Amino acid sequence: MTKKITIEPVTRVEGHGKVTIHLDDNFNVAQTRLHIVEFRGFERFVQGKPYWEAPVLVQRLCGICPVSHHLAAAKAMDVIVGAGTGEGLTPTGKKMRRLMHYGQMFQSHSLHFFHLVSPDLLFGYDANPGIRNVIGVALEHKDLAVQGVMMRKFGQEVIKATAGKKIHGTGAIPGGINKNLSIQERDFFLKGADPFNADYMVNWALGALEFFKGYHKANAQFIDNFSHFPSNHLSLVRKDGALDLYHGVLRAVDHEGKKILNDVDYQEYYKYIQEEVRTWSYMKFPFLTSIGKENGWYRVGPLARLNTCDFIPTPLAQKEFEVYKAYTKGKPNNMCMHMHWARLIETLHSAEVIRDLLKDPDLQGDNLVVKGKKCNEGVGLIEAPRGTLFHHYKIDDNDQITMANLIVSTTNNNQPMNNGVNFVAKAMMNGKKEITEPMMNAVEVVIRAYDPCLSCATHALGKMPLEISLYDSNDKLIDRKNK
Amino acid sequence: MKKEIIIYGYGNPGRQDDGLGNAFIEHLEEWAQENRFDWMDFDSNYQLNIEDAELIADRKVAIFVDASVEDIDDFCVTVVNPEAAQIEFTMHAVSPSFVLQLCNEIYHNSPDTYLLHIKGYEWEFKEEISENAIKNMNKALYYLKDILKAGSMDLINENLSKSVILSHC
Repeated sequence: MTKKITIEPVTRVEGHGKVTIHLDDNFNVAQTRLHIVEFRGFERFVQGKPYWEAPVLVQRLCGICPVSHHLAAAKAMDVIVGAGTGEGLTPTGKKMRRLMHYGQMFQSHSLHFFHLVSPDLLFGYDANPGIRNVIGVALEHKDLAVQGVMMRKFGQEVIKATAGKKIHGTGAIPGGINKNLSIQERDFFLKGADPFNADYMVNWALGALEFFKGYHKANAQFIDNFSHFPSNHLSLVRKDGALDLYHGVLRAVDHEGKKILNDVDYQEYYKYIQEEVRTWSYMKFPFLTSIGKENGWYRVGPLARLNTCDFIPTPLAQKEFEVYKAYTKGKPNNMCMHMHWARLIETLHSAEVIRDLLKDPDLQGDNLVVKGKKCNEGVGLIEAPRGTLFHHYKIDDNDQITMANLIVSTTNNNQPMNNGVNFVAKAMMNGKKEITEPMMNAVEVVIRAYDPCLSCATHALGKMPLEISLYDSNDKLIDRKNK
Repeated sequence: MKKEIIIYGYGNPGRQDDGLGNAFIEHLEEWAQENRFDWMDFDSNYQLNIEDAELIADRKVAIFVDASVEDIDDFCVTVVNPEAAQIEFTMHAVSPSFVLQLCNEIYHNSPDTYLLHIKGYEWEFKEEISENAIKNMNKALYYLKDILKAGSMDLINENLSKSVILSHC
């Protein structure tokens, strides 16, 4: 007879998820599963809508990374209106979108590190949850809490200035952008009183990296070994191999660095990637077709991006990248907790990109949109904070969307997160008759490293949509409840 | 220099009545502009987050507005208590209590903070707010406009506090 332990909800990750751990009669871990409640109905929701509405509509999908969905949809619509695949836009269009995207990356990564990860690093994973949170950080390390708040605010303000507003931003439109950046808006970010300016954000991003590296030095055993397992890695890279979070070609490498997807055009992503459905999860399991279901799964996100790219095109982040790569002697990094390190290097890179872009006069240009020969299908990919995000649409002759396929970042990380949970559960729970809070938290820590966004579209007071599914040992659904 | 009062609605307008808070702010801001009440700040977002601690710092009054599925008739007002802050299920979205407590801890000041709950009914992937929810929102708008007209933060606070006691909750 197996015993089932259920941890739910997973604290400090986005949305709603459930982890089940099945123990055998000897209290060893028999099976683990991360169940993610992902609302797949959105792909149907956009059908029948005019294509030009997609970049605004898709933001309803998620209140956490609406900008990523906004831009991925806009990139797909660029193709449909004949404006090319990212490189065809006007300089103002391209750079405004990049500024918006790097603002999103900066705020999202900052939030994750300062307010989701730093409590664990500062107080220890087994500390009282009552103190192991951002309020605890504010009480004992006020400077860090303030930095987190201000970095997040800075990124949010960049988004507001480029997308037009916080909710339902309309900045990106098929073929371009609908506003430029005024001199006043530019100076708000470049010349704002300390600490609210781009230079300060670069310095704080450097400080966060130093904080992490110091922690790593003192806790290398844990950081290097916790949920360390080999995997493939996939992301966009710029055509010359540089890290590029907005546009590029698709590249995947295996755990030793061998290219297994060699800089292909993402318009044909479906030739290289498939999604497997499993009975116990709403979320699909993507894999590289050439390798197959069993071994073709891959990681996306910061760890993957720093494994696939050859260099980072901003000087401070490149310097940190060299240190990071030297740690694994140039080989791909498969250490789960190094995701935090990679994320902070990307945070620094984003701050540098924002600062440099703000100085570019193209942002004040007034040539905002290009159009070309329309077609009926387009794919838009972007590196969202959590990893590669795919948007694929088809339209009919009446300009209405007839098909939408979205592979979101967290879906791409589905198998790695499940493997991570299994790795940690076996390492910490085998043979134990009592499940303690620190042990349970360790499972959550590995999930949190991926910063998953587990679908969270409504949050009204008293309404916490959570579906609980109960399966027997034959994977048969025996109960399902909504909470 | 920040304005003394901020009214902040949050929710996802793409999920029907979940967008009540955002719609409320749109209407109230329009009303304030028409009446040249430029001493009020407004904001809205999908959800609250940590940076909102900075947004409410150094103000006298903060009023959050959110959709509610609680068992209330139409709307009600409650005082936001920082002591009630829970360890959040997710830090990508936090509660008004959490925002207030964080504000207290890092800025060492905080406004008198209230939460206006507006009853909603429908939560599907649609953009329109349900008819009954609109009625509730209009009642809440009428109520809050009447209080805000006073113009003085002391009077606004006093009247909001009275409403809490006589709340529709």
